[in-house]
Amino acid sequence: MKARTIRRHFRESFKSLGRNGWMTFASVSAVTVTLLLVGVFAIIMMNLNNTADSVEEDVEVKVLINIIEDEKEAKAAEDKLIKQIEKIPEVAEVRYSSKDQELDLLIEKLGDEFKLYEQSNPLRNALYVKAEDPLDTLTMSEKIREIENVHSVVDGEDTVENLFTFLETARNIGLVLILGLLFTVIFLISNTIRITIIARKDEIEIMKLVGATNWFVRIPFLLEGIWIGVIGSIIPMVLVSVAYTQLHTVLSSELKGQLLQLLDVTPLIWQVNGLILILGVFIGMWGSFMSVRKFLKA
Amino acid sequence: MISMKDVYKKYPNGVVAANGISVDIQQGEFVYVVGPSGAGKSTFIKMMYSEEKPTSGDVIINGKNIAKMKRNQIPQLRRELGVVFQDFKLLPKLNVFENVAFALEVIEEHPKVIKKRVMEVLDLVGLKHKMRMLPSELSGGEQQRISIARSIVNVPKIVIADEPTGNLDPDNSWEIMKIFEEINTRGTTVVMATHNREIVNTIRRRVITVEGGMIARDVDGGDYGYES
Ligand SMILES: Nc1ncnc2c1ncn2[C@@H]1O[C@H](COP(=O)(O)OP(=O)(O)OP(=O)(O)O)[C@@H](O)[C@H]1O
Ligand SMILES: [Mg+2]
Repeated sequence: MKARTIRRHFRESFKSLGRNGWMTFASVSAVTVTLLLVGVFAIIMMNLNNTADSVEEDVEVKVLINIIEDEKEAKAAEDKLIKQIEKIPEVAEVRYSSKDQELDLLIEKLGDEFKLYEQSNPLRNALYVKAEDPLDTLTMSEKIREIENVHSVVDGEDTVENLFTFLETARNIGLVLILGLLFTVIFLISNTIRITIIARKDEIEIMKLVGATNWFVRIPFLLEGIWIGVIGSIIPMVLVSVAYTQLHTVLSSELKGQLLQLLDVTPLIWQVNGLILILGVFIGMWGSFMSVRKFLKA
Repeated sequence: MISMKDVYKKYPNGVVAANGISVDIQQGEFVYVVGPSGAGKSTFIKMMYSEEKPTSGDVIINGKNIAKMKRNQIPQLRRELGVVFQDFKLLPKLNVFENVAFALEVIEEHPKVIKKRVMEVLDLVGLKHKMRMLPSELSGGEQQRISIARSIVNVPKIVIADEPTGNLDPDNSWEIMKIFEEINTRGTTVVMATHNREIVNTIRRRVITVEGGMIARDVDGGDYGYES
């Protein structure tokens, strides 16, 4: 395409934006609101996912072993148990921790008072088991429970399951909401473009009569849609960036040592801004494409 | 060169507007298409610039069978034709020069070429001196001359006109006819649907009479043959 032609398409598309005044404004506002929600949602989801990832990595099942008095027998039983657990397909890793090590951990966690127990250690030898896929943790611990010499399995069932359910629900609700909004916006944009096309009916008719190609006729309308999307994504990009940077400054020190950690400002905001802009361009293009296809057929 | 063979056209509503039309028009000919209202003249003409596709049959324009042409080839066909209508179809916000130049701009012609050609055709239709005026500032006859200028600015081999004098008084109609004759003298084929008996009977040319979607008569140097 020639530079002259491109200039012409740009000019025409800007002219229509102005001429459609209120419709343009309405479409841009709708895009703004939608993309703002998309941005906020993306940031929340990315942070939650990150938290879930770190929780997932921590998901370890603790297996308490039956107490067997005879030391030799105990050793043999433990070795057998470890072999059996390692055979379970979901298992990634098994780590042994003697009752003395367990006590050390306890003392480290809860304080020196527990040194009392060093005389007669009431704890059990334990195994720490990790699943290949954290989502399989519960299936895995069910299987471990069946094995001989397993006293009990501590798997933090509720925490893991609740977190995953919550994440999934939040994701689904957010996605439905955003999809609904996206369709509304696309519809609005396609309406705006329809008005432009109708306003230029005569011009289009003559263009086709004298042999303008279909793309030559279409491009200004597609551009107009794209501008609506791009203009609509400016405010969301700025707001999301500023707000997250602020939030990060305020909250990240508060959250030190907590399970929930905020992702760093970069690259997160660039990813989110990219998403907003691409989505803006995409809905603008799609919106106008729908009208172009419908009203510029032959 | 225009050639139709066994052309049949049925509109979606069931009306048969062309019922077995076969005709050959040589390069450089001047042809009137006459016939009663609703006979199928416009349909006949529309099939020549692919505004309508025949239901069956062949329409060959400049060696290409446009009945079987894909939609994306239509622009190329239109660039080799000029089309003129009863209602001028000028853009009200563009001045005379811009209206004519529009036809070349949208096919991405070079600005220098555009300027030169537009001046030439405005000269031919005698309206160079009004090129800065808007269509609303011109008479009907002048507007039609602009529309003709636009149709020939791309130097087509064929000019197709559907009742170009339909909205004009006799004086203006004769003016328009002079321009068409001039265009024809330069070797361009002219096909013109008209209800203007006086013109057809005075400027004697080939006359194709369409009735009920069929060619009822086809006479060189004929007259306005049917009674309206
Ligand atoms: N787009 C269309 N859809 C359906 N029927 C149509 C269409 N265009 C024309 N017709 C019908 O086809 C027949 C021929 O119409 P056409 O316009 O070709 O006639 P015409 O000879 O040009 O008439 P006129 O002298 O009044 O312009 C008419 O019966 C008309 O109603
Ligand atoms: Mg007609």
